[in-house]
Order: sequence, then C-alpha cells, then structure tokens
Amino acid sequence: MKDKLIDLVNISKSYDGVTILDEMNLYIRENEFLTLLGPSGCGKTTTLRIMGGFENPDHGRVFFNGNDITDLPPNKRQLNTVFQKYALFPHMSIAENIAFGLKIKGKTQAYINDKIKYALKLVNLDGYENRYPGILSGGQQQRIAIARAIVNEPKVLLLDEPLGALDLKLRQSMQYELMRLKEELGITFVYVTHDQEEALTMSDTIVVMNQGYIQQIGTPESIYNEPQNAFVADFIGDSNIIDAIMIRDKQVKILGVPFDCVDVGFGSNKPVDVVIRPEDVELVKPKNGQITGRVTSLIFKGVHYEMDVEANGYSWLVHSTRAAQVGAEVGLYVEPENIQIMKKPESEDEEATAVEE
Amino acid sequence: MKNNRRLKWLAGPYAVWAAGFIIIPLLMIVYYAFTSQDNGGFTLANFSSVFNGSTMKALGLSILLAVVSTLICLILAYPLAMILSEMSMSSTSFIVLIFILPMWMNFLLRTFAWQTLLEKNGVINTLLSLINLPPLDIINTPSAIILGMVYNFLPFMVLPIYNVLIKIDKDVINAARDLGANAVQTFVHVTLPLTVPGIISGITMVLIPSLTTFVISDLLGGGKILLIGNMIEQQFKQLNNWNVGSAMSMVLLIFVVITMVIEGKYDKDGEGTAF
Repeated sequence: MKDKLIDLVNISKSYDGVTILDEMNLYIRENEFLTLLGPSGCGKTTTLRIMGGFENPDHGRVFFNGNDITDLPPNKRQLNTVFQKYALFPHMSIAENIAFGLKIKGKTQAYINDKIKYALKLVNLDGYENRYPGILSGGQQQRIAIARAIVNEPKVLLLDEPLGALDLKLRQSMQYELMRLKEELGITFVYVTHDQEEALTMSDTIVVMNQGYIQQIGTPESIYNEPQNAFVADFIGDSNIIDAIMIRDKQVKILGVPFDCVDVGFGSNKPVDVVIRPEDVELVKPKNGQITGRVTSLIFKGVHYEMDVEANGYSWLVHSTRAAQVGAEVGLYVEPENIQIMKKPESEDEEATAVEE
Repeated sequence: MKNNRRLKWLAGPYAVWAAGFIIIPLLMIVYYAFTSQDNGGFTLANFSSVFNGSTMKALGLSILLAVVSTLICLILAYPLAMILSEMSMSSTSFIVLIFILPMWMNFLLRTFAWQTLLEKNGVINTLLSLINLPPLDIINTPSAIILGMVYNFLPFMVLPIYNVLIKIDKDVINAARDLGANAVQTFVHVTLPLTVPGIISGITMVLIPSLTTFVISDLLGGGKILLIGNMIEQQFKQLNNWNVGSAMSMVLLIFVVITMVIEGKYDKDGEGTAF
C-alpha cells in the first residue's frame, strides 16, 4: 500500500533474554501524528529507536516508502530524531548545532544561514545563534533540538518523550507548539510518551503498548471511549473496570444487576470486563437508579467533584458537577452507550495485557 | 561562616606539610641557584653553565623523547579507551584490572624487568635466536628509553581519556549519526572535540614524568644517554654541585610550568584531577 510511509513487519527485540518487542506489526501513514503510548518498559522507545536505526531488531523488517531499510545506518535514513535529553552538541553554538546536518550534506553557507534563521524563527528563539546549549533552559534546548532536526527536511520526525523533562506549564505550551509545527511543516510525527493526556491532545493515531505488545490502535476518541481491554481502559484516564456477565446481546449483568448496553457478539452468559468512565455515571435519586449505593468520599477537583460510591460491593468512581454528601444514599444510572464491554483475556499472551495492580 | 572558619583549621596539618616539604625546599633551590658554590655570594654563573652545550643538548633530548613517548601513548591509549568505554561494565572492570595490575608493582622493578628483557643476551634476544631471527639491539638507545616511558606511563593516558569518554551522552553520538554524519565524521566533529579535556590531562600526566625522569634513562639508557634528569642527578650526587643542579632544576621547572599553563587553558573541566 502506498499509504504506508513506515512499515514495521514482525519486529522482535530482546535484551539479555528479556523480550522487549514480540512480533510487532505497525505501519505509519504519511502526514500522520502517531503516538506510541505506554508505561515505561513497554517497548515504545525501542520501537522508535528501531525506526531511527539506533537498534537492530532481532528479526523482522523495517520498510520506508516500500524500501527495506532494516540494515541502513541512521545517517542513511530519511528521518530525524529528537532525543529525550535533547542531545545537543555541548561544544557547538546553537547555530553550529542547527547547521550540523546541513554542513555534513555539503550545503552552501548562504543556504545554511537561511535555514538557521528560518528554524530559529519557527521555534521562537530568534537571536540565539551564538549562545551555547549549556546556558539554555530545558524548554529552549528542546526547541533547539527540534530546530536541529527539522532543518534537514526529514520525511518523518521521531520524538522520544521530548517533553518528559519539562514542567507542566511548559509541557502544555510545547504541546501546542509541536502541533503548530506539525501543521506548518506537513511532515509525519512519531511521538513516544507515557503521558496519556499528551497523547490524547496531540495525536491523530494512538498506539497503546504494554509489555512489548500493541494493545490498541485508534484515534484518541476511540481509544478513550472504546478501550478494547482493561489495560487500555485503566491506562487512559480514570475508569471503573468491573467483572460482569454478558447475558445476551445488548444486555449485561453488572454486580448482579442487568444493564442495557449496545454491544453485541460476545455470546451468552460469557464473563466479560465492562468499562464505565466516571463522568458517565450519573447520580440520580435512589428510586431512579439502576443500582443504589452510599457515598464514601467526596473530593473537589475544580471542574468536577470526584466521589466514591459503594454499591453492590464495588466502589464506583463518579465524576459529577453536583456533589452528594458523604453518607448519602444515591442512585447510579448509566446510559446503555456508555457501557463498554471488553473480552476477558484468554491466552497467555493476552494475559500480558492484564492491569498490574 | 563560623563553621567555615572552624573547618579551616583542618587544613592545618597539610599547611605545615606544604610549608616544610614543598615551599621551603623550593625556596632553597632558588637560593642555591642564585648563589656561588665558592663564596655563597649572588651570581648568575650557575645559569650560564646550564646554558652550555651539554645541558641544553640533554634538555633538548629530554623534550624530544618525552614528546615522542607522549604521542605514542596517545595513539595507543585513545583506541583502547574507546573500546573500554563501549564495553559493558563487568568486562570493563576486568580489562582495567589487567591493565592496571602492573601498576601495583614497583616502578623500579618494572623498569629493571625491561632491562633484563632487552639486554644483549636477554630474554627477548634468546627467544629471537631460538627461532633464527636477528637480535634486537635497542638496549642503551633512545628507543629503549621511549619504550620504558610508554610502558610506565600509558595508564596515565588511558584513564583520563576513558573518564571523559564514558561521560559523553550516547545520544549525542546517536544525534550526530541521525543528522547524517558517518562514523568518521561523527568521530572528528563530535567525539574527538568532546574528549579534548581528557587528552589534555593525559598529555600532562605522561609528558611531565617523561620530561623529568632519570630512572628510566639510567636503567634503559645504560648511563650513556643523558637526559636533563640525569644531568641534575649528576650535579647533586656525583659532582656535589648543588648550585648548578638547582639552576638546572629551575630551568626544568619553568618548562613544566609553561606546559601546565598552556594545557590548563584547554583543561577547563579539571579532568586531570579525576585520576
């Protein structure tokens, strides 16, 4: 398919007998903002480093625009990387850092000067040409690292947790800056992060990974609203993950109480996991609820209140703009389309997806 | 502040040591260098005898041999340090141990060993004659002295370079590759410039002992090749002329200080102290 800019086929990688990636398949489309999301040690950085050429897969092939690049060294690949710790050259000025790739390629000095100016403008650091990396703040160094990568006009920019070392405020403004850059440059971004909010904010496509396996690939909306397993549900946002029995199509028994839902095809009387987002649990009068319970804690979170409601032996996490006092009896109501049914893991491989407690 | 003032006293013992065994001896050398052996009066005659032919020749030869052995050390040490820095921690410590092991033996003993190895009828020539090869005739030549210097001082070149190399962020090297540099370009533009402080420290730590040694030249030069160290030793021990010996020492000291100052300009990180 022409659509696939980068195609990873059956990639496996292990270090000292520990499997990092197992038979992984993933493709990245042109002009996509794809995020590899997962906890540390899930293999997301290794995946990125295999694309960049800093690691060789034990087996499997990497294709770029249909050509096999598995054995190409990093300097022969049409992609550039922004490293987690920026990795600027400490002995070179900002201008020399940015010029590095262009000088290697033998561009003219006039071209290089133009590019430096353009790149510094793009990352809002005009006039920093003659400073040295050591005296810049983390956010500035990160932007220089991005500038250094994009002057080479790569087809793909690989970003390895580039905002990981920055504080919250700066991280948020850099997120918008990255989205703007992506828009202006019109190139493909492959982004690695463990921060689900960052992933939801910026990505076109999110790849959720855990223990070397891809758990789910989808748009931010589908990942958030329709998690395919308990790991994804738990990793992306807060959620109530409850054991349940699928009675038949469109009906599920949660904590002994039958609920209507919209999912079909899980068979009848099959154990399943259900995910209900805390903002989808509505607080109603006890007689109007599908299930009743007692509020055990109440915390004000700014936008909403966060409550725990003990009902039928499960502590429900509820987000609501209305508060119910601790000890109050409340009814809980969930719209059928807000109940997400997930298959229970069956094989050992799938067990890797289980949520670690 | 009060604490600081109190802690200062802890430097007392060292201050006494420094005064007694460093500053006073230095002043004595200056005193001897500028006084006459005959009447104890002020004179510059000691220096004029330093600047005669044979002493200057010895100083020149010393500098030449020291520079050559420093260069050889650098050429041998840099690749070794690079290999060490690439290896996993456990194998590195093993190699470093093998490498450092000879250093735990006495310096004189090691140099004597080389004398025995290199002698006309020594171990190496016996082995060579066994396999019908011509004998190696380098004992009592400058080559033997260089060999001794390189052998003894090589670790002092490897360790500072290794220390700098392992501190370089691997992703800085990766970044250079990522930006299109091949292995050679990456080395020339990134690795090498970043290891300059280690190279400078290594040079200092090999050049200065090579410049001042008299034991190596004595044992492996057979007393025929005189370096500045041997000249100074002769003045003090055989000719009993402390005044000329002191003047020579001062000249040598000035050379060393000049080298240190030049190198200090490049060694901003103080890697020399890492050893």
